[in-house]
Amino acid sequence: MTDNPGVDTPAQQPVPVGVGYRANAGGPDSDAVETLALPVAAGPSPAARPALRSELREPDAPAQLFGLRTRDVSAWFGDHKVLERVSLTMPAGQVTALIGPSGCGKSTYLRILNRMHEMVRSACLAGAVLLDGEDVYAPGRRPADVRRRIGMVFQRPNPFPGMSIYDNVASGLKLAGIKVRKDQRDHLVESSLVSAGLWTEVRNRLRTPGGALSGGQQQRLCIARSLAVSPDVLLMDEPCSALDPTSTRRVEETIAELRGRLTIVIVTHNMQQAQRVSQSCAFFLATHDTPGRIVEAGDTAQLFGNPVDPRTADYVNGRFG
Amino acid sequence: MISRTPGAVRHAEPVGGGGDQAADRPRRITAPVTPGDLVFRGVLRAAGLSVFLIMGLIAFFLLLRGLQALHATGWSFFTQEKWLTQSHVFGIAAVLPDGVIIAMVALVIAVPVALTTAVYVSEYAPERIRSALVSLVDLMAAIPSIVYGLWGLFFLQPRIVGFVRWTTMHLGHWIPFLKVRSGDIGASYTSSPFIVGTVVSLMIIPIVTSLSREVFSQAPQGEREGAYALGSTRWGMVRSVVLPFGRGGVVGAVMLGFGRAMGETIAVALIISPKFTVTTHILENGANSISSLIALHFGESDPLSLSALMAAGLVLFGLTLVVNMLAAVVIGRSRSGAATAD
Ligand SMILES: Nc1ncnc2c1ncn2[C@@H]1O[C@H](COP(=O)(O)OP(=O)(O)OP(=O)(O)O)[C@@H](O)[C@H]1O
Ligand SMILES: [Mg+2]
Repeated sequence: MTDNPGVDTPAQQPVPVGVGYRANAGGPDSDAVETLALPVAAGPSPAARPALRSELREPDAPAQLFGLRTRDVSAWFGDHKVLERVSLTMPAGQVTALIGPSGCGKSTYLRILNRMHEMVRSACLAGAVLLDGEDVYAPGRRPADVRRRIGMVFQRPNPFPGMSIYDNVASGLKLAGIKVRKDQRDHLVESSLVSAGLWTEVRNRLRTPGGALSGGQQQRLCIARSLAVSPDVLLMDEPCSALDPTSTRRVEETIAELRGRLTIVIVTHNMQQAQRVSQSCAFFLATHDTPGRIVEAGDTAQLFGNPVDPRTADYVNGRFG
Repeated sequence: MISRTPGAVRHAEPVGGGGDQAADRPRRITAPVTPGDLVFRGVLRAAGLSVFLIMGLIAFFLLLRGLQALHATGWSFFTQEKWLTQSHVFGIAAVLPDGVIIAMVALVIAVPVALTTAVYVSEYAPERIRSALVSLVDLMAAIPSIVYGLWGLFFLQPRIVGFVRWTTMHLGHWIPFLKVRSGDIGASYTSSPFIVGTVVSLMIIPIVTSLSREVFSQAPQGEREGAYALGSTRWGMVRSVVLPFGRGGVVGAVMLGFGRAMGETIAVALIISPKFTVTTHILENGANSISSLIALHFGESDPLSLSALMAAGLVLFGLTLVVNMLAAVVIGRSRSGAATAD
């Protein structure tokens, strides 16, 4: 690929999977690596765990947690470089917020994490995204499998047209080709809706179209839909920007309840929201001629209360211009 | 300056500024229109209304010319199967259902081809193949129907007879309408509703394809990505997003195709061997339709027979109009439904 400026740069070649990083997480000491401070329910033995899970976990069952990490991720749209060497650890079971001004590549970065980036025709990237220590871009790894483990909630609620609430939640199972018994599926739909904080509002009208819900309810329906396939990571791209304050509050509560059960990465323009929901935080910045980079990343309280970089301080205090 | 025009000044006053006395009634809101807009609107409105006018004139003309025959025949026009120009026996009880059968055959063949093509073009085809296919399909629509008719008569028919024989031999026993009576005569297999329908299907494939392709490609990107983000394959995405989204449009497209098939004339007239009994065996020689009836008979007609042909044309006109209007409603509803889903 001659029109791909990045992939040919030797230093940006993806490093073989597992080098300098745990390829096999789990077990007593892996938590120290993957999750920083959070108490984690011990999962099943790591050996029993296949790299690509096909079995379903109930959303409320004790889960094994998987962290996400990127190493030197750069991204291009055609010749236009939009991200440069972004390395970030998103600790397992925690909420990581990505903040930064418009156009600095947050969405691009998020979409790289679950391989949605490559659906844009001119898009390419360098570096590695490690889920549980394994590169999601490793050859032979199917994008669909990656996306099932790393779910995504979009800025605009996008329930499937013409599908009932129930079918919307169960759709992930069908799309991923997971066969479940009817009663199992009922249970899964219910527990996903409960987790998304929507159950009490829709329990009596599961068969009505999902498109008939309010915007905030639709967004929580989309969260429930993502949870139903029991992902290890949930990516959220400005999930509340189209919602009113009350719905925003509900979604934030949902995020708070999901914390500790899976890894969440959320893009937000709302500084208060970032502080409320996240434990760790990364500040992205791009300028006219430089692609997006992480200026500062770390503990949320630290980043907001006592930022190291003056640009971070300016941004989180609303003095940016 | 905002308050240049009198209207703007009025709008700028605080609403209900008159205090308690101000009437709580909807006020008249006027917006001044520029002359240019006025002219443009007038031209467009005239053009739009002229469509109604033309349609009305055609219907009026058909009714006027057909009334004579309708008077002469009475209701038997709708129950009589025979059409005898000499003895002035006119009825569409055979030609109308026969035309519908031909159109149905055409749809059964055209719809699967058109829909799979549309899905392929809008969802799977690489850019170069896509544009080539789109223009090829458009080209298909531009071929005159006489060409399809000649092709069907001289190329398709001799070659498809073998397939027809095979089908009736193997399936005719179990499926009565696939039987061919007097199958030992070679001519029994030609000029059948099936062969005519096959040719007509080629003529409606373009319209069904391009309308469906359009609604498919309008399936919103957000929902598509939603499906992919759940770990869907492309086919899963098509099934859960593109097809449900396009359902209404496809139904409308199929109905438009049906209307086209009902109206198709030359190709049908070339291939059929006219008969005046309702078709029960679609692989068997003999078929008819209103439009081909008109095409084949108007040259030899006396005034009353001509009037009868006009009356038959009126029935076809009415049927096609109803089907097309239904199609428009279905398409329109699917559009607005799509808009609310946004
Ligand atoms: N599909 C695309 N094709 C070409 N360029 C793109 C595409 N998507 C994004 N870009 C470019 O990539 C850069 C980063 O975009 P991105 O959407 O990731 O920003 P963002 O941080 O999410 O912004 P916002 O906060 O406004 O959502 C921008 O300069 C944008 O113009
Ligand atoms: Mg964005």
